[in-house]
Amino acid sequence: MEKRVVFRSAWLPYALVAPQIAITLIFFFWPAAQAVWYSFQLQDAFGLRSQFVGLQNFFTLFRDPGYLHSFRVTAVFSVLVAVAGIAISLLLAVMADRVVRGAVGYRTLLIWPYAVAPAVAGVLYAFLFAPSIGIVTYALRGMGVHWNWIINGDQAMLLVVMAAVWNQISYNFVFFLAGLQSIPRSLIEAAAIDGAGPMRRFWSVVFPLLSPTTFFLLVVNVVYAFFGTFGIIDATTQGGPGQDTQILVYKVYHDGVKAADLGGSSAQSVILMFIVIALTVVQFRFVERRVQY
Amino acid sequence: MVENRPWLTVLAHAVMILGVVVIAFPVYVTFVASTHDLERIMQVPMPLVPGDRLIENYAQVLSAGTTTGSKAAVGTMLLNSTVMALAIAIGKIAISIISAFAIVYFRFPLRMAFFWMIFVTLMLPVEVRIIPTFKVVSDLGMLNSYLGLSLPLIASATATFLFRQFFLTVPDELAEAARIDGAGPMRFFWDVVLPLSKTSIAALFVIQFIYGWNQYLWPLLITTDESMYTTVIGIKRMIVGSDAANEWNLIMATAILAMLPPALVVLVMQRWFVKGLVETEK
Repeated sequence: MEKRVVFRSAWLPYALVAPQIAITLIFFFWPAAQAVWYSFQLQDAFGLRSQFVGLQNFFTLFRDPGYLHSFRVTAVFSVLVAVAGIAISLLLAVMADRVVRGAVGYRTLLIWPYAVAPAVAGVLYAFLFAPSIGIVTYALRGMGVHWNWIINGDQAMLLVVMAAVWNQISYNFVFFLAGLQSIPRSLIEAAAIDGAGPMRRFWSVVFPLLSPTTFFLLVVNVVYAFFGTFGIIDATTQGGPGQDTQILVYKVYHDGVKAADLGGSSAQSVILMFIVIALTVVQFRFVERRVQY
Repeated sequence: MVENRPWLTVLAHAVMILGVVVIAFPVYVTFVASTHDLERIMQVPMPLVPGDRLIENYAQVLSAGTTTGSKAAVGTMLLNSTVMALAIAIGKIAISIISAFAIVYFRFPLRMAFFWMIFVTLMLPVEVRIIPTFKVVSDLGMLNSYLGLSLPLIASATATFLFRQFFLTVPDELAEAARIDGAGPMRFFWDVVLPLSKTSIAALFVIQFIYGWNQYLWPLLITTDESMYTTVIGIKRMIVGSDAANEWNLIMATAILAMLPPALVVLVMQRWFVKGLVETEK
């Protein structure tokens, strides 16, 4: 879509886009290009000299069991976060939509976790589930569950998943509630007249109509699990125990900042950039489809 | 409501109340922990009703941080977070609205090239290109400064896209009328476009303020000086060791202080927040 009426000026439009383009070039294109450049370099142990090694950093990465492990951890983590987050918020949104009075009230009570920083959410969960003093740990012990995420990898994963889902529920909820409220009442009424009960109406009418929203949220939640959860991981498990919660973005940080392996970390950045671009393409193709829908 | 099924309505309320309680529980425990002294918190189980140390704990962290972990005052951190969040929100809105205006209301060489350059930045988070960006900022001498905290995060395409979408819906007759009346492009921008964009600006402000306030990795890397810590980083610096070594009552007081401003922004501006969320992500 283009405007019919436009203004004319030889310099003004350039002056108007200049700030954004300057910031994009300095803080986006230049660092991204450097990441690509470093990913072809191998530095010596002291960071004094580097030499061009082509794709060697990438080959090293894909032969590194630690990196492949990090891929698996990220896959498990993002599937758990996306599925649990979407299921819980869909349930809450359907219930809120059913309540004629008070839907907005419940929305108010559910949207504020969006405002909590992931790192703070991580600290809250680390405190609730602290192995020695946590109140939930105490309750679990009463039920016979021995909880210690510092040494148990599965429990550590469960902890970061819970914190991430908690942090993301409000976002999903807002979208599902908006999606539900835009479904025409007449469709639901027609199904009811045909004798469909509430469960049947949900699975045969409401859920298919919500599928664009669900798919959109699936992509957003996967992106969130990939990148948005850095603060949660760093505030709780820091990738541990061992490397059981070391997701890809945490490994970029760990290898680049803590282990000072510039080449390897940059190669990981480049791979992550490709993943982001792929996810963006998926999302945009879907948006185009939805317009026709 | 399609039909009257009282038990379903009861179930709906029950599920919602359960959901609200489960979601609020971590924050309630945090608040309770922030009102006790350390000894009470270290008891297992810790108390579940608020204690009497609220004022002492908050006064302590606001002026002097913790005693075993970071001693940086949380008051300064709240100021830093506010400056950073406002700079990011206002900066993003300002540079995006003018670039979207140029792209929609002018025809000029390289227009589409600029458009695609901005488009590419759409989803790439700072976490991915963290080390090279750090080098750039360090080369520019912007470590430990408000500029270094906010400028790199201002580069984002979402706001530009929202404004572009919105400008495309503004009737052409308005621009035509302005031109006939002899108004130049900037006059048209100030007197017509900006007032029309108020709602979009408010919506974006909420989203971007929260985004800026909650930043973690970026400030963690570039603030080495205590006086430049943001609140979220401050909490992290207070956690020094295993469970028992931390002053959890003070850490939890800081957590409450870190949550309060963005939560208030969301609740007070709920209408714009929901609109902004649903629209920026289209």
